[in-house]
Amino acid sequence: MAADALRNRTNLILLAVAAVAALAAPFLFYPLFLTKVLCYALFASAFNLLLGSCGLLSFGHAAYFGAAAYVAGHAAKAWGMPFEVSIILGVFAAAALGAVFGYLAIRRQGIYFAMITLALAQMIYFLAVQLPFTGKEDGLTSIPRGRVLGLFDLDNLTVLYFTTLAIFVGALMLIHRIIHSPFGQVLHAIRDNEPRAISLGYVANRFKLQAFVLSAALAGLAGANKAIAFKLATLTDVHWTTSGSVILMTLLGGLGTLLGPFVGALITVALENYLADSGLPIQAVIGAIFILCILLFRRGVVGEAHALLDRLHRTTGKSHQG
Amino acid sequence: MSTQVLFGQLLVGLINGSFYAMMSLGLAIIFGLLGIANIAQGAFYMMGAFFSWLLLRELGVTYFYALFLSPLIVGLIGAAVERTLLRRIYKLPHEYGLLLTFGVLMFTQGIFIYIFQTAGRPYPVPPELAGGYNLGFMFLPKYRAWVVVASIVTCFTAWYTLEKTSLGRTLRAATENPALTRAFGVNVPALMTFGFGAGVALAGAAGVLAAPIYTVSPIMGADLIIVVFAIIVIGGMGSILGSIVTSLSLGLLEGLAKVLYPQGSNMVVFVVMILVLLVRPAGLFGRER
Repeated sequence: MAADALRNRTNLILLAVAAVAALAAPFLFYPLFLTKVLCYALFASAFNLLLGSCGLLSFGHAAYFGAAAYVAGHAAKAWGMPFEVSIILGVFAAAALGAVFGYLAIRRQGIYFAMITLALAQMIYFLAVQLPFTGKEDGLTSIPRGRVLGLFDLDNLTVLYFTTLAIFVGALMLIHRIIHSPFGQVLHAIRDNEPRAISLGYVANRFKLQAFVLSAALAGLAGANKAIAFKLATLTDVHWTTSGSVILMTLLGGLGTLLGPFVGALITVALENYLADSGLPIQAVIGAIFILCILLFRRGVVGEAHALLDRLHRTTGKSHQG
Repeated sequence: MSTQVLFGQLLVGLINGSFYAMMSLGLAIIFGLLGIANIAQGAFYMMGAFFSWLLLRELGVTYFYALFLSPLIVGLIGAAVERTLLRRIYKLPHEYGLLLTFGVLMFTQGIFIYIFQTAGRPYPVPPELAGGYNLGFMFLPKYRAWVVVASIVTCFTAWYTLEKTSLGRTLRAATENPALTRAFGVNVPALMTFGFGAGVALAGAAGVLAAPIYTVSPIMGADLIIVVFAIIVIGGMGSILGSIVTSLSLGLLEGLAKVLYPQGSNMVVFVVMILVLLVRPAGLFGRER
């Protein structure tokens, strides 16, 4: 009891600190950098929904992120759609793609699932190289940002940051809701023991597909938001290295935790920014961090912090009883 | 279309198919023994090509020596990777193996890009294999004929070793039941190191064979490994002959597509994968594991 109360109080304090930090951040750091962190944090949260809750390792999440980026960018640039409509179109494109690819990939399990998602995502990459509207090697450039709700100009970077923040927080609340719903509990059951979940009468494949589509749609939300925020959708967005880096963000931050993907995205984006100026080989450094993370640090930053807090709580809880 | 073009592309397809075969054979050995879907296989292929290029440029070691030396170096690096990194994660779910080797792929590729940049470097066709034969319906460059023969011989040797020799029997026993094999006094950990080294050496050999056909570049392996993964999904890793047949036929199909529908040729393998998943989800020769 004492431990629970203490944990709730810690959570409340953390929440308050996070709120203050989120509000103060654009006045302390470059808003466009923060916007990038938020976009990738949402992307990693979407990936985490699939791997953390359902145990499905998708190695091709760049497909949904990138496809939505292209669709949203094209809608805003060529069709002159407003910000909200462009984003929604991107999300729908990603969800539709996720439904098709998910349907195919869940026919196999484990390592094959990962291989299939990787191969399917590579198809999207090849399509992006060849289709006329993607701008090929150059990508879609100078996508207009437009106005949010028709009122606030997104070219004002503070407005852009708070809009992205609102989308991120909304998506995070949705993910939190999904994970703690009966639906989320079934996903956990499938992750932990699929045959048992099936024998209890759950059609595991239907739940997996639903989780896959949700995850793809949220990845699409991140991609569409990124395309508009940076006025850019490129081949990098659909490349397998992007699929890899979202995995790294999630693992580094803490798989299966709500805040882990955010922390992982913050570290990775900050690191990439720093490395870009340093002349060090970015890809090699990222690869090395990947290796170290898997060998030594599988719980990630937030996972380790949770473990530490748990230990603290247990000892204080005991001293209260004693 | 001229028969020259058709047969020329089919030959290229057959060559690509034989590279796929060597890659997927190595992957199958490694997955069977270690339970790791080694995505770094693409990096070892690239290293095979690069080492032969470096051996020629820096030490003047010619092609036929490099054909043995380069896969040997790749195999030794593989063995070191197995000893230092992979060994630590055998108890974890298979997904971690994929992620760890993905880190190895990123790291290796990143280092090579840092040193050599991404531009391709040509590797000359060895003088012994320059020129070609005019078969009437097509011109057959000697080197390309050699690549097909060499890789089929390599694959056959690997198949023969695994199926018919005592080393192969021990390897298969260790794949089937490591604990029991160990109880019979076989040094299974050493066998696993050897198996991983041999598996990546196959990729290295494919890289050496590929060097004179494609230019040598740090990014030559990553796109290839994704195609090979799709081929493994199509064929399954259960049967060695099955994966060789699948690889060669998909290579040929890709060659055919280059003639009939060039825009879609790099997507043929993925389309076949989708069809197989719809019709026969377990793969053509596969069993789930």
